[in-house]
This record gives sequence, C-alpha cells and structure tokens, in this order.
Amino acid sequence: MSDVLNALVILANFVIVPGLAYGSQLALGALGVTLVYAVLRFSNFAHGETMAIGTMFVILATWGLQSAGIGFGPLPTALLALPVGIFAAIILCLVTDRLVYRYYRRQKASGVIYLIVSVGVMFVYNGLIRFVIGPRDQVFADGQRFIIKAREFKNMTGLNEGLAIKTTQVVTVVTAIITVAAVFWFLNRTRTGKSMRAFSDNEDLALLSGINPDRVVMIAWIMTAALATIAGTLYGLDKSFKPFVYLQLLLPIFAAAIVGGVGNPIGAIAGGFVIAFSELFVTFAYKRVVTYLVPESMAPDTLVQFLSTDYKFAVSFVILVIVLLVKPTGIFSGKSL
Amino acid sequence: MSISVRNLSMFALMALLFVTVGFMQSWDVSLALLNMCIISAIMALGVNIQWGYAGLFNVGTMGFAALGGLAAMLVSVPPVQGAWQAGGAGIFGGLVAALLTVAAGVYMWRRTAQLGRRRYWLTGLVVLAGYVVMRAIIDPAVEAIEAVDVTTSGFLGGLGMPIIFSWFVGGLFAAGAAWVVGKISLGLRSDYLAIATLGISEIIIYFLKFEEWLTRGVKNVTGLPRPVPYEIDLKQSPTFQSWASGLDMSIETAASLTVKLCYAGLFSVVLLVVLYLSEVALRSPWGRMMRAIRDNETAAAAMGKNVTSRHLQVFILGSAVVGIAGAMLTTLDGQFNPPTYQPLRFTFLIWVMVIIGGSGNNWGAVLGGFVIWFFWIEAEPIGLWLMGALTSGMAPDHWLRLHLIESAAHMRLLTMGLVLLLVLRFAPRGLIPEVKR
Amino acid sequence: MSFLVGEEMVCGYGGADILHGCTIGVEPGEIAVVVGPNGAGKSTAMKAMFGMLGLREGRVLLEGEDISRLKPQERVLRGMGFVPQTNNVFTSMTVEENLEMGAFIRRDDIATTMRQVFDLFPILHEKRAQPAGELSGGQRQQVAVGRALMTQPKILMLDEPTAGVSPIVMDELFDRIIEVAQTGIAILMVEQNAKQALNIADRGYVLVQGRNAYTDTGAALMADPEVRRAFLGG
Repeated sequence: MSDVLNALVILANFVIVPGLAYGSQLALGALGVTLVYAVLRFSNFAHGETMAIGTMFVILATWGLQSAGIGFGPLPTALLALPVGIFAAIILCLVTDRLVYRYYRRQKASGVIYLIVSVGVMFVYNGLIRFVIGPRDQVFADGQRFIIKAREFKNMTGLNEGLAIKTTQVVTVVTAIITVAAVFWFLNRTRTGKSMRAFSDNEDLALLSGINPDRVVMIAWIMTAALATIAGTLYGLDKSFKPFVYLQLLLPIFAAAIVGGVGNPIGAIAGGFVIAFSELFVTFAYKRVVTYLVPESMAPDTLVQFLSTDYKFAVSFVILVIVLLVKPTGIFSGKSL
Repeated sequence: MSISVRNLSMFALMALLFVTVGFMQSWDVSLALLNMCIISAIMALGVNIQWGYAGLFNVGTMGFAALGGLAAMLVSVPPVQGAWQAGGAGIFGGLVAALLTVAAGVYMWRRTAQLGRRRYWLTGLVVLAGYVVMRAIIDPAVEAIEAVDVTTSGFLGGLGMPIIFSWFVGGLFAAGAAWVVGKISLGLRSDYLAIATLGISEIIIYFLKFEEWLTRGVKNVTGLPRPVPYEIDLKQSPTFQSWASGLDMSIETAASLTVKLCYAGLFSVVLLVVLYLSEVALRSPWGRMMRAIRDNETAAAAMGKNVTSRHLQVFILGSAVVGIAGAMLTTLDGQFNPPTYQPLRFTFLIWVMVIIGGSGNNWGAVLGGFVIWFFWIEAEPIGLWLMGALTSGMAPDHWLRLHLIESAAHMRLLTMGLVLLLVLRFAPRGLIPEVKR
Repeated sequence: MSFLVGEEMVCGYGGADILHGCTIGVEPGEIAVVVGPNGAGKSTAMKAMFGMLGLREGRVLLEGEDISRLKPQERVLRGMGFVPQTNNVFTSMTVEENLEMGAFIRRDDIATTMRQVFDLFPILHEKRAQPAGELSGGQRQQVAVGRALMTQPKILMLDEPTAGVSPIVMDELFDRIIEVAQTGIAILMVEQNAKQALNIADRGYVLVQGRNAYTDTGAALMADPEVRRAFLGG
C-alpha cells in the first residue's frame, strides 16, 4: 500500500502539482490569445512579448515596493505590484492598437497582414524590454518559498518520497481560478461581456444591434493586457524572468488556444491544461514510479521515458500539428478554418 | 525607364554603404558584412518565392536553414570510425524501424476508414508500438556512439567530402523536409500555416540540438573544412607575401581580405544563379500560373489547376533555396552550432527583409536582404555613436548615459520593429514593388 | 403615404445601378410586400431603406422626416427593425441572450418586451436556454424576428423571411407576422414566395428591373390576370 502511495507522491511532486501551475499559466495566456482572435480576428504573435512587458512593469513596481520596505508577508510582493503592472500594460496595448492596428481595421486587411504587423509589434516590445530592463534573468519572487517542504512531508506522512509545494505554485492556481472566474462572469453575466460575445459571433448583426465596435475592441485589449500580465507574472514568479523565454512560450500558448478551440474561452482553459500535462507526462521519467508499482524482479533499468525532457516544448508543437490536421476547430469547436 | 533607374540607384546606394563602412570601420568588417548580406539575400529570395509567387506564409525558415547547415556538416566532416562500428548498425536498424512504423501507421489509417472513432485508437496503437520498438533498437546504439571519444566527437561524423557539395545537398535536405512539411500543412489556412511551420521548425531545431549522435548537439562541430584558402596558408606562401607587400598592406590584413573576397566571389555566383533562375521561372508560363493561383485561388481551381500540388512545388523550391543558403552560412562560420538558430534572427528577420524589400519581387527580396542585414549589424555601432553624441553633455558616469550606451546594442530590435511597422503602414509595397505583368 | 416611404430611389453596388427610381412605402399596422423576379432589386430596395446601402438619388422619409443620411444603427434608434435574410441570429448565444442583444440599445427594463416576444413565439420560451444555432430553420427565423422586435420598433423590415423554410413553417411564420402587424407595427417584407406573401399583404409592390411595375392591394394584385400570368404562375 505504501508503495502505491509513494508512487502517487512522486507523480504528484513532479507531474501533477507542476502541471497544475504550468497549466494555469498557459490557460491564462491562451485566454488572452483567444480573446484577441475572437474579437479582432487575428493570431497575435506579439502576445508572448506582451506577457513579458507586463511582467517587466510588475517587476519594476515590485522593486519600488521592496526598496520602500513594503512586503506581503509570506506571499510574493509582486502580487501587490500586479495592479500597477496591469495598468501600464493596458495603456501600452491601447496605444499600440490606436497607433498600429486600428489603421488595418479601417482597411479591412486580411489576417496575414495583421500577423506580420504583430511580428513588428513583437520586435518593438522585445526591444523595449531589453532597453528598459536588459536581457538578463531577473528573479523577483520573495516571501516564503515553500508551503510544504519535501522533508516536512516525509516526516508528516512517514513515506519515502516527499512532496514539496512552492508558494508560487499555490498562488498561481488560486490567481488563475479567480481570474478565470472573473472573466467568465464578465462574459456571461454582464451586458458588455455578452456584447463582446455577440460581436465575436456575428459582427454584422452586432453592429446592426447597435453594439459599438470600438468599445468592444478596447475592452478586448484591456482584458488581454491584464491576462497577459497576470500570466507572465505568475510564470516569472514560478521560474524567473528571462526576456527571451516568453517568445518560446508563444507556441505552447498558441497550441493551448488552438487545441481547446480558438475563440472559445473554455477551450483556452482546457487547452492550457491539456498541453501542460501532456508536456509533463510525455517527458517524465517513470523509472521510480514503475519501480514502486511492480515486483522487484521486473524493476526497470532504463529511465522509462517517452521523450527526453529536452523535447518538452516539442511535445506541444506535435500536439498542435496533430490537432490542426485532425480537428482544426479544437476540442470545444472554436472558430474554424 | 524610371523604375529601373530607381532600382539601380538603390543598389548603388547599398554599395556606397559598404564602401563607407570600409573606410569608417575597416575593410575587413565591410567584407564580412557583405558575405552575410549575400547569404541573407539568398534566404530572402527563398522566402519570397513562397510568399510572392504563391502567397504562402512560411514561418519555418529557421528549420530549413538549419537543415542546410546540417548538410554542410555531414558532408564535410570525416566519419568517426569507432562510432560507426559501435552503433552504426543500431542506428540503421532504428531508422528502418521508424520507416516501417510510419508505413504501418499510414496503412492502418487508410485501411480503417470505415471504423470511425476506432480508427484513431488503432492507428495510435500501431504507431506507439512501432515507436517503442524503434527506441529499443536505437537507444543502445545512440549511447554507444555518444560514448566514443566524447570530448572530441561522440557522434557519427560525416562523409568527408568537399564542403562545396554540401551547398547542393543542403538544398536537397531542405527540399525533402519541405515535401514532408508541405504535405502535412499546406492545406491549412494562412494563420495556421504560419503557426504550424513555426512549430515544425522548432521541432527540427530541437532534434538537431539534442540528438548528439548525429550532430554533437550543443557541443558543436567545429573546424569544418573550407572551399577557400586558409589565412595561415596564405600568410606562409611566399608569392602571397610579396604580393601583399607590393600593395603596401600588412600580411594579416591581406590574408583576411583575400579569404573574404574569395567567399564573396563564390557566394555572389550562387546568388546570381539563383536570382537568374528565379526570374526565368517568374516569367515562364509556370510562373504566371502560380501568380494566377495566388491572386484568385478559387477561380484557378475552378479552371482545373491543381492548386495544392502547385503550392507544394513552390514550397519545396523556396525551402531548397533557404537550405542552400543555410549550408553556405555554416561553411562561412566553419562550425555547425544548433543553438544559434533562433526564430527571431532567422525567420522573423528574413520576413522583415522580404517585406521591406518588396514582397513578390525577387530583386526587392535581394535588396531587402542587403539593407536589413546591413542595418541589423550596423545598428550597434550607429546606436553607440548616436548615444554617445546624445549624451556627450552628461558626466561620463551618469546613470542614464551608462544605461543608454549599454542599451544601444539592443536598439536594433526596436529599430527593426519600428522599420517594419512603418514600411507596412506607409510603403506596404516595399522598396522595389512587385511589377504587375 | 405618411409613415415610412422610400421615394424614387436610385442606387446600386459599385458601378451599375440596380434601382431606377422605385418607390415603396408602408403605414402603421399594415403589411406591405415587395415581390418580383430575381434581380429585380427587392433586397436592394430593402437595404436602401434601412441605410445599409447609399442612395444616389431619391430619399427615405420616416414620419415625414428625411432619414436618408442616417446610419442603420441610428435608424434602429428611430424605431426601425431589420431582420436580415441570412446570419440573422447569434448562433453561439442562447435564445434569451439573442433577445437581450436585440434590445442592446435600450437602457430600460426589457422584461416586459421579452415576455411579449415569448407570448408571440411560445416555442422560444421553451427553448430560451438553448444556443440559437441548435434550433431548426423555422425556429431560428422566429428568434431573428423576436430579436428585431426587442427594440419595440414601429416598423419591422424582413428580407425573405421564409427563404429555405418548409411550407408549414412558412404558414406559421406568416401567421405570426400578421399578429405582429395587429399590434400596430408596420411590416415591410421582401418575399420570393409571391403568392403566399401577397395573400396576407395589405399593399403589394411588384418590382421589375428596379422599377415599380404594379402597385395595389394584395388582393387586387392576386386577382389581376397580367400579374398572375407573369409572376404568380397563372
């Protein structure tokens, strides 16, 4: 019996808990991408950099708070700085829309043009980040690092294997739940939120119903900026802030949005977790788990790993390509080809 | 013909820029820049063939360039005997197993069309089983190979042939990969094609980074042989020494410049050949048909043109050109270094080249390649100079001055992005617009 | 004609004109139907009166006021409702949400209006929590009409409401339209099914090549042998 528990603890420690955290981060990122796609109808290649720039604003505010001696107890100070970062990111996104994207909306440009334009925005954001904060890693998590340490767990339960839960992981999941609940409440229960869904569903009919397109676009950018900042901050707290890593995250996020059904908020959440858990499950070395579960004689020598951990990102790309070929509308049938 | 005069003058201006760099910095820098510009121009040509002829938005250039580089390495590096003995058979067996798995999977897929949902499960199981078998065969072989002479090799090595063949082979590798990628993803709509190609190119890079038995992974393969003389040999040759002193140049400079000029010569030949072939293709009936398809796909399909296979042709050709350029790049670098293939520098920067130069126009792509690469590299010295000039009034250790100067190097990303946005908005047809025929 | 009238309308898409000076009007509580062969300009006339197409000549008057310059959304605020032929519901939203969106420009309490719509179309009340995309064609048309009614319009304009709908459903739809007209709302309808439409029409316009060919009460047009021969299949 204790063998099974030990095996479960290993899985929990290396796959399930990290998966929940990573999945939450991807889900929030995918939610932002899917919103832009639903309302503005293009794939925003600059979303990764938006996450990075939002996080950068939060980091700057965090440093300000820290140097003023303000802390948040066991929780990361960054959470206090979050509203400031979100506000700055919103301003940036609205300005970008006004200066860059609005012109193409008036032109009714095709999706590809928007994509290339968003690549330009990506360059600019990336350059801005390097200019302001530099290309080096920044660690800005503070407060209590672990809620439960491996050793404490072993002592408490008497098992061989320990389960460590970091504060940032719990913060991630809780923040994600709150944010997602807020987004869904907004979209399903408020007049403005419903008007956004209507606009995404049938633009002409929405215009006919008197829904103001500029207002819908503005709210979409506000929400996306906020979501990007939150997602980026949570990721940065959990790991660290490397300006370049957010470009790499772009593909798992797109994968999550598309796999779940692009344009569909529920799909974005589901997709985030599907991608996160797939990455972890496929690249995990099951050797110790298997050792616990099978008789001694059958214990494996090899790592029992499908793909090496180096290929973690590749897993999400493979899933994405498969979904694009087999069911492009995704699990929850978002907007299709 | 005012258009031609305008285009010529732009190229002349470009040449002038190289000369300026030669005088203000050094001829060495200028020539190094020239060589990279030529390679970039060829890559931009490849992308333009896909975008301009067929409207295909391929964001996977990085992968094809890397495959070209792989070819350069594999063709030119001598084989590592010990490794082949240790694991060659296993690798071969593993590849056979992989091919059989793919074949079995495809067979299973085709034969079970009527089973509905079960089809997915069955095919998945077959592929999974085949994968496990392949790993069982290939893993021990990989370990054995990587254990041979870990510090100096730890991989299979190559064919040990002259590296210049690899340029052609690079094109073939890229073409082969493009065939697979195209078959899979060309049915997708443009946004999705972009994402799919980006994803696939990332997978290729990962493969090259981590399959050390093939590529030495991040440990790199250095010291690749060259198609041009080595500086050391030149410096020791008496004829060269007398020639250099006759020109009143230091032997170092002379050797360095000569090597670069040799590369420049070779690269220019390739560029001109590719450009010539591209222009011929553009004006041919094939080219006209391609553009007809691009401009109105539904009409073309209604007229009986096989749109998908045409798209595949263009995709393969464009990617092959990128592969050739990738091989040339690795030749110039003298080493194959998988981590250097970053999407920003390869894929997106080349797209900037194509857009700025004039999408749909081959000469435009070439000019774009030159212009963008030039400013990408020169942005740092120019930026430093600019920052220095702007902050000349401040104290030397003022925090803003230091920060600005330190960030000057990063200006190029910002500048490139701004240039792209400005061109897309105010001059969307680029420097040399497409000529409507 | 004093309520809504489009006078001597000349307009078209791009270069060519489709309407060459046609006049269409409707009174409160009246059902006016526009019929004619394909390409006669029926839908074009409807779109012009709603403001989705600009007029080159002529004007549109609402209660005597010239509204030719107003955008469609502004005309909605003046009391016009429009049911497009296709894509006329929000397929991913529930029936109830569709009705809510229909009343978007209203700031007051819409519960009474919604109840009225449900009274008129009982099946919508039954299916109010279902996404509109899951309903049958006829039910979807009811949602579309209900949506337009949520602004409590004075005029309801329908573009081929029975297109692609079975005959039984068409009859039911026409019954509903009559009920709506009885509440005092003016109905202006373009229809392909000329015979059934003219049956319920107080006033009929037959358009041919962008011009008024025949204008009379529905009954009179049905009785006219020339009209019958040319457009009603004898």
